[in-house]
Amino acid sequence: MLTKQEMTEIQAELNRYEQKRGGCIEALKTVQRHRGWISDESLAELADFLEMTTDDLDSVATFYNLIFRKPVGRHIILMCTSISCWVMGSEEVLHYIEEKLGIKPGETTADGRFTLIPNVCLGACDHAPALMIDGSLHGDLDAQKIDEILAGYE
Amino acid sequence: MDRPLTENIRPGAPPDIDAYERAGGYRALRKVLKDADPKGLIQTVIDSHLRGRGGAGFPTGRKWSFVPGGEKAAHPVYLIINGDEMEPGTFKDRLLLEGNPHQLIEGIILGGYAIQADIAYIFLRQEYTVAERCCSRAIAEAYDRGYLGRNILGSGFSLELYLHTSAGRYICGEETALLNALEGRRAIPRAKPPFPPVVGLWGKPTIVDNVETICNVPHIAEHGADWFRALSRCGDGGTKIYGASGRVKKPGLWELPMGVTIREILEEHAGGMRDGFQLRGIIPGGASTEFLSADQLDVKMDFDSVQAAGSRLGTGTMIILDDRTCPVGMVLNLMRFFARQSCGWCTPCREGLPWLARALEAIENGEGRLEDMEILRRHTGLLAPGHTFCALAPGAVEPLQSALTLFEDDFIRHIREKRCPWRK
Repeated sequence: MLTKQEMTEIQAELNRYEQKRGGCIEALKTVQRHRGWISDESLAELADFLEMTTDDLDSVATFYNLIFRKPVGRHIILMCTSISCWVMGSEEVLHYIEEKLGIKPGETTADGRFTLIPNVCLGACDHAPALMIDGSLHGDLDAQKIDEILAGYE
Repeated sequence: MDRPLTENIRPGAPPDIDAYERAGGYRALRKVLKDADPKGLIQTVIDSHLRGRGGAGFPTGRKWSFVPGGEKAAHPVYLIINGDEMEPGTFKDRLLLEGNPHQLIEGIILGGYAIQADIAYIFLRQEYTVAERCCSRAIAEAYDRGYLGRNILGSGFSLELYLHTSAGRYICGEETALLNALEGRRAIPRAKPPFPPVVGLWGKPTIVDNVETICNVPHIAEHGADWFRALSRCGDGGTKIYGASGRVKKPGLWELPMGVTIREILEEHAGGMRDGFQLRGIIPGGASTEFLSADQLDVKMDFDSVQAAGSRLGTGTMIILDDRTCPVGMVLNLMRFFARQSCGWCTPCREGLPWLARALEAIENGEGRLEDMEILRRHTGLLAPGHTFCALAPGAVEPLQSALTLFEDDFIRHIREKRCPWRK
């Protein structure tokens, strides 16, 4: 069941669209904010609330890369792999993170601390290479800086 | 005031509504509502020669004029601000969103008034979290002061403004894919015609404008079309937020007259190349524009001049290729991006781009054959405009086809030496 809090937040979004389904992406994000990811159960509950079929809502959920249909870690690392960051050495930074955390892109550490996801240009090209953790941007990365940044997320 | 867009920009601590008003903010809105001539405002924007800053460069005022008017016109009319900035190498709209959100909001209200819109959305990519906070606060302030909502400043004009944060996918920045995203669907482009100004969001007339474009509108409304055209060094009006990234001394963004040369941006503002690096090529305006060569520094950065030089102005944020970076690797990075971001709707893009990426990967890894060059060339034609529903695939092959010419020797070296000469 959607919680009362979730329903209140979702309803506020739905009111902004001519048709109910217009708010479905923000509804998915709301549930994800509370539960970390969108399980099959969450999807079915939400589809019911939005008067959409589960398959219809799943077709939307699986299109957008920041809606997670698999469990993720406590912290999400979005590593920019686009062109300006690539020119400035993002491949080395990504390899360093992979080795340090012992995971490949798309994977979650065994302790559930981090999920590592390659991402489209984060719009921080003047501070390349850059990454984002839980919505906070970090730029001008090198190995030492990665160590410091990751230490801040438990 | 020769840098209207960035004069009051305060990144990280944008002016609140009081500070914005003290700097002259919302004065243009008061004036326009008093004049009560929406068509006149459209004409002013047409006369200003403002062209869309999202990359395509369509004249903004003309686009606005396509919205059907009159008593029988369909309502609601929508105005959508495209803040889905995701073109690789582009970071200009973030500055405006985070640095002065009221400038954007005033532009939205003015644009909304010109086309007699009822509802406006700011469509923001999810990763722009600071921009989200800045815009949310500013929208709330504007409602409190009566600049948004019912009967704005007693004019009889009403406009609701909502912030929509998206959930990823580059294709959402495509005008009609964005409409589908806002309707809560997979963000797949629509077949055109009909065009959004007539049949857009939920089938209603809809204008989609880029963030930087709409931020110009308060200044045009306040100071007039002649003033705006005089800011520029070419036929297009206004200033432009240019940028540079890559191995330059000072990567960044600068508001400059439209039509400055690449040389001026690169040498005077970006400080030239870093020590030990030589310039080899320039992608002038985001990932989907063609490479220009190192001897094209005197090309002027305006829509027509860059096009005449064989590329596109695009977003005006340049990506610099240096001599210690492999051009094949660079094009491969771009192609992987486009292949991954294809929405999958039409076949040439869905099947063609991964195929091109694999061919480039083979060359980069020393497994290419000379025939691959011809195959790559042929496919830039097969993915050219007219073969796909939207501009993603045609944009993807722009850097490729120019690289095949400009850096042909480097491609051949990879094939002959069976390795990437830039890798140890």
